Amino acid sequence: MPLLEVDHVVVQFGGVTAVNEACFAAEAGRVTGLIGPNGAGKTTCFNVISGLQKPTRGAVRFDGRKVTSVPVHRRSKRGMGRTFQRLEAFGSLSVRDNVRVAADIHRGVLGAVRGLGSSSRGGVDALLERVGIAAYADERADSIPTGTARLLELARCLAGDPKLLLLDEPSSGLDETETDDFGDLLRDLAAEGRAILMVEHDMDLVMGVCDEIHVLDFGSVIASGTPQEVRGDAAVQKAYLGYAPEDEAEPAHVGSAEHPAESTRTDLPVLSDDTTVLPPVGAGPLPGGAR
Amino acid sequence: MSSFLAFTLFGLFSGAAYAIAASGLVLTYSTTRVFNIAHGALGMVMSFVFWDFSVRQGMPLWLALFLVLFVVAPGVGWFIQRFVTRGLGEGPVSVSLVVTVGLLVGCIGLATQIWPPEPRSVQPFFPGSDVELFGIFVTAHQIITIALSGVVAVGLYVLLNRTRIGTAMRASVDNPELLKLFGGKPEQVAALSWAVGTSLAALAGVLLVSTVGLDYYALTLLVINAYAAAMLGRLKSLPLTFLGAMSLGLITSYASGYLPTDGLLNSVRNVVPALFLFVVIVAMPQAQLRIGQVKGIVSAPQPSLFRALGWGGALLLGVAFLATAFGESKLLLLGTAATYAMVMLSLVLLTGYGGHVSLAQLTFAGVGALAYVKLEQANLVGLALSALIAAGVGALVALPVIRLTGLYLALSTLAFGVIMEKMVFQAEFAFGFNGTLGAERLSVLGVTIGSTAAYVWVMALFFVLMGLALLWLRRGTLGRMLIALRDSPAACGTLGLDARWFRVGLFGLSAGMAGLAGALYAGLRGSVGAAEFQYFNSLPLLLLAVVFGVTSVTGAALGGVGLMLLPVFQSSNPSAAGLIFAVIGFGAVALGRDPNGLANQLFKLGRLLDRRFGTKVRARIPVLPAPGEAQRRMHAEAEANAGAEPSLTSVGLHADGSVDVPLIADPSREVGAHAAPRG
Ligand SMILES: Nc1ncnc2c1ncn2[C@@H]1O[C@H](COP(=O)(O)OP(=O)(O)OP(=O)(O)O)[C@@H](O)[C@H]1O
Ligand SMILES: [Mg+2]
Repeated sequence: MPLLEVDHVVVQFGGVTAVNEACFAAEAGRVTGLIGPNGAGKTTCFNVISGLQKPTRGAVRFDGRKVTSVPVHRRSKRGMGRTFQRLEAFGSLSVRDNVRVAADIHRGVLGAVRGLGSSSRGGVDALLERVGIAAYADERADSIPTGTARLLELARCLAGDPKLLLLDEPSSGLDETETDDFGDLLRDLAAEGRAILMVEHDMDLVMGVCDEIHVLDFGSVIASGTPQEVRGDAAVQKAYLGYAPEDEAEPAHVGSAEHPAESTRTDLPVLSDDTTVLPPVGAGPLPGGAR
Repeated sequence: MSSFLAFTLFGLFSGAAYAIAASGLVLTYSTTRVFNIAHGALGMVMSFVFWDFSVRQGMPLWLALFLVLFVVAPGVGWFIQRFVTRGLGEGPVSVSLVVTVGLLVGCIGLATQIWPPEPRSVQPFFPGSDVELFGIFVTAHQIITIALSGVVAVGLYVLLNRTRIGTAMRASVDNPELLKLFGGKPEQVAALSWAVGTSLAALAGVLLVSTVGLDYYALTLLVINAYAAAMLGRLKSLPLTFLGAMSLGLITSYASGYLPTDGLLNSVRNVVPALFLFVVIVAMPQAQLRIGQVKGIVSAPQPSLFRALGWGGALLLGVAFLATAFGESKLLLLGTAATYAMVMLSLVLLTGYGGHVSLAQLTFAGVGALAYVKLEQANLVGLALSALIAAGVGALVALPVIRLTGLYLALSTLAFGVIMEKMVFQAEFAFGFNGTLGAERLSVLGVTIGSTAAYVWVMALFFVLMGLALLWLRRGTLGRMLIALRDSPAACGTLGLDARWFRVGLFGLSAGMAGLAGALYAGLRGSVGAAEFQYFNSLPLLLLAVVFGVTSVTGAALGGVGLMLLPVFQSSNPSAAGLIFAVIGFGAVALGRDPNGLANQLFKLGRLLDRRFGTKVRARIPVLPAPGEAQRRMHAEAEANAGAEPSLTSVGLHADGSVDVPLIADPSREVGAHAAPRG
C-alpha cells in the first residue's frame, strides 16, 4: 500500500474549482513528481495533504490511516514534512536557528520547557551540511538567496525526520550544478526509505529523478506513469501546449460565457522554465478554471 | 404587547444602523485584509462634522448630509487607504491592528481637540413627524434608517454584482491574484472600498447620533457592534452580516427592555454586543493557517547578559537616587511609571516577541489589582496568586478564540475589556460603582515595605527582574519558537507545533505579568478603583509601547515613563488634552510599522557614540570590556563566510543583533526569503 494516497479530492474556492477529483499516490522509497501548468492545483493539493487546506470533498490517507480531518501539526508528528512555494522561512532567525527550532519542535514543547538544553548543534550543522548550505549557517534567513532558502526549508523539515516529503518547486532559484546536486540528494533521501512528492517545473530534473509522475490539469490527474510514458502522452502535451500535435487546428478548452477569461491555452509558457510568468492579462486562462 | 412592538421597532432601527456600519467594515476588510478598528471612530468624527455643518454653521440639513456622506467621508477614507493602511494587508496582523488603533486614538484626540466637551445635540430627521402604527409611535427617523439600510443593501448588491469594479472587488475578496489576472487594479479597488466603507461608517454614525448622543466613546465603540454583526458572516458575507446586525439590534433592544434594573443582570444590557461577539466567536469554525503572507522581519535587539545586568543595576541605582530626592506625590508618579513599564513589558512578550496584540492589557492589570485586594494577603504569596489569577483570566480570554487567528484574538480582548469594566469592575462584589477598595503595602518575609520610596524601589526591582527573565526567555528555545511562530505560523504547524495551546500559554503569561504589575500598583496606591483600569487606556498604552519600542525592555521602560507623564501633561495643559491623544494616535500611525520603535533609534545612537568615543573611553578605563564583543566577533566571522563584506550590513544587521529593516519587506527585493519568484 502506498504511503500517501489522495483519493478523489475536490477543492473549491467560491466558484473556482482548484482541485477536481484528484487521485494519486506516493510510495515510500520513491520520488514521485506532480507536474502541471500554472494554476493546475498542485500547491492546493499540497495544502490539502499537509492539512493547511480543508478539501471540499475527498480523502487523504497517510501511512494506512485516513488523515483528512487531522490537524496540521499532528500530521507532521505522524511523519509529513513540506516546503513552500512561497517561502515560509523564519526570516528573523539565523539559518542555523531555523533548523534548531524545527528540531526543538520535533522534540516537543514540553521537552523544550523542561530546559533539556536545546537540540545538539552538531546534528543541526550536519543537516545544513547535507543540503549544502552550511556556509550560510549564521546569516539571517531573510538575507539569503531564494534557492538557498528553499534548501533551508528542506533542511528544516528533515530535522523532523519525516517519512513523506512534500517539496513545492524546490529547485527554482538553484543554478545548474546546484540542481544536479539537489537531484542526487533527492535520490539519497528516497533511498533512505522516504516517500518524496515533488512539484517541479524544471523538466530535466523531473524527468531525471522521478520514478513516477502524475500530471495535473485543471485540478484533475490527466496522466500518470513513468517519465517516458508521461512524456509521450497526448493529453499531457495538449495540457501544456494547448493542443495536441496531431490536431493543431482545434484549440482546447474554449472559454464559456460566464468565464470569459478562460479562453484558449495556446499562450501558456513552455515546459521546463522556472522563469514562467503568468500569462498576459485578459488573454490568459483562468488558472484551474471553473468549468 | 405594544411595548414589545416598540422594542422590536427600536431593535430594527438600531439593527439597521449596525448593518450599515458593519457592511462598511466587511467591505474594507474583505478587499484589503485590513481590519479597521477605527471604523466606529471615523463614524464618530463624521457625526461631529455633520453637527458642525448643520448646527454650528447652520447649513441646510440636506447639504450637510450630502457633504459628509459624499465628500468628506469618502475623501477621508480614500486618504486613509492611500497614505495610512496601504500595503498593511499583506503584513502581519499585529501591525495593521496597531496602525488602526492609532487611527482610533488619533480620531478621538482630534475630535476632543476640535470639538471640546460641551453639551451638543443632534435632532433626529424630521422631528415631530411621528406616525402611529399598531398602537406605537414610529418616528420618521426610524423609518428612514430602516429604509436606508435596505437602500445600502441593494446599493452594495448592485455595486458588487452589476458593475465592473464591483466584480473586481468581489474577485479580490476571493483571490487577489485572480483580480490581477482579470485586469483589475487592486489599488483602485482598495481606495474605492475604503471610500465607500468610511461613508457607510459616517451614515451609521449620523443615523445613530440622535439616539446615542454626540459622544467620543459611544460611537467609537460602534465598531464592536459592527464587528459582532460582521462575524456572523465571517467578515465576508454581506447578507449574513445584515442578519447578524438585525439580530444584535433586536437582542440589545429586548435586553434593555426586559432585563431587571438592578443586580448583575442590569449591567448586562451595556455589554450585549460584546457578549454577542463572544458567542459568535465560540461558534466560529476553525480558521485555516494563512500562508504566503509577507512576513515581519524585525528582531528584538538582544543585549548580552552582562550588559543587561549592568543596565538593570544602573536603573535600580537611578531609581534609588530619585526615590530619596522625590517627595510623596512625585514618588507616586514614579511608581505609576514603573507599573506601566511592567504592563508594557507584558506587551514586549506578547506583541514584540509573539506578534499578538492585546487591547485589554490594563484590564488584566486591573484583575491582578482586584485579586490582590480581595485576597488580603499583602505578601509574596498573595502577589504570586494575583498574578496567577490574572494569568488564568488571560488564558480564558484566549481560549474561545483558540481556533481562530490573531485578529479575532485581539478584537475579543477589546470586547473583554468592555465587559470587565462595565460588568465586573464596577459591580458591588468588585471595586463598586465609582468606588475604591483599600489595599495594603506588600511585605516581604514579614517586613512591610512601609515607605513609599522603598516601595517604588521594590517596584523597579520587579521591573528589572521581569526584564531579565524576558531576555533569558528570548535567548532560549522558547524564545526561538515564539519568533518562529510569529514569522510563519503555517511553517510551524507543518513542523509539528500546536500553535493553539502555545498561544493560550503566551497570552496567559503576558496577562500574568500585567496582573503582577496591577497588584503592585494596588499596594503602592493603598486604594484602587475601576477608574484606574479603564479599557480605553489600554489603547494608548499599546500605542506608546509600540512607539517607544515593543521589542525591547528599554522601550518598555521609556514607554512606562511616557504613559505616566500623559495625565500629568494633560492636567497642566487642559486645553491640549485632545491634542496629546491625537499626537500619540497619529504618531503610532506613522511609526506603527516598525515595532522596534524609538528605543531602537537610541540603540543606534549609542552605537554611533560608541564608535566615535568608545575606544578612547575604554582606553582610559581598562577594566571595561567592549560591549557585545562576542557578537561582534560572530558578526565578523559571518561576514567572512559570506565572502562579500557589505552583504550583512546592507540589510542592517548590527553587532548586537538588532535590525533596522522596515517591518514590511519590499516584495520586489531580489534576494531574501520574501522574494517569491513566481505567482
Ligand atoms: N486561497 C485561495 N483562494 C482562492 N483561490 C485560490 C486559492 N488558492 C489557490 N487558488 C486558485 O486555485 C487554483 C490552483 O492554484 P494552485 O496554487 O494550486 O496552482 P499551482 O498548480 O500550484 O500553480 P503554480 O504552478 O502557479 O504554482 C488557481 O486558480 C488559484 O488562483
Ligand atoms: Mg503552486
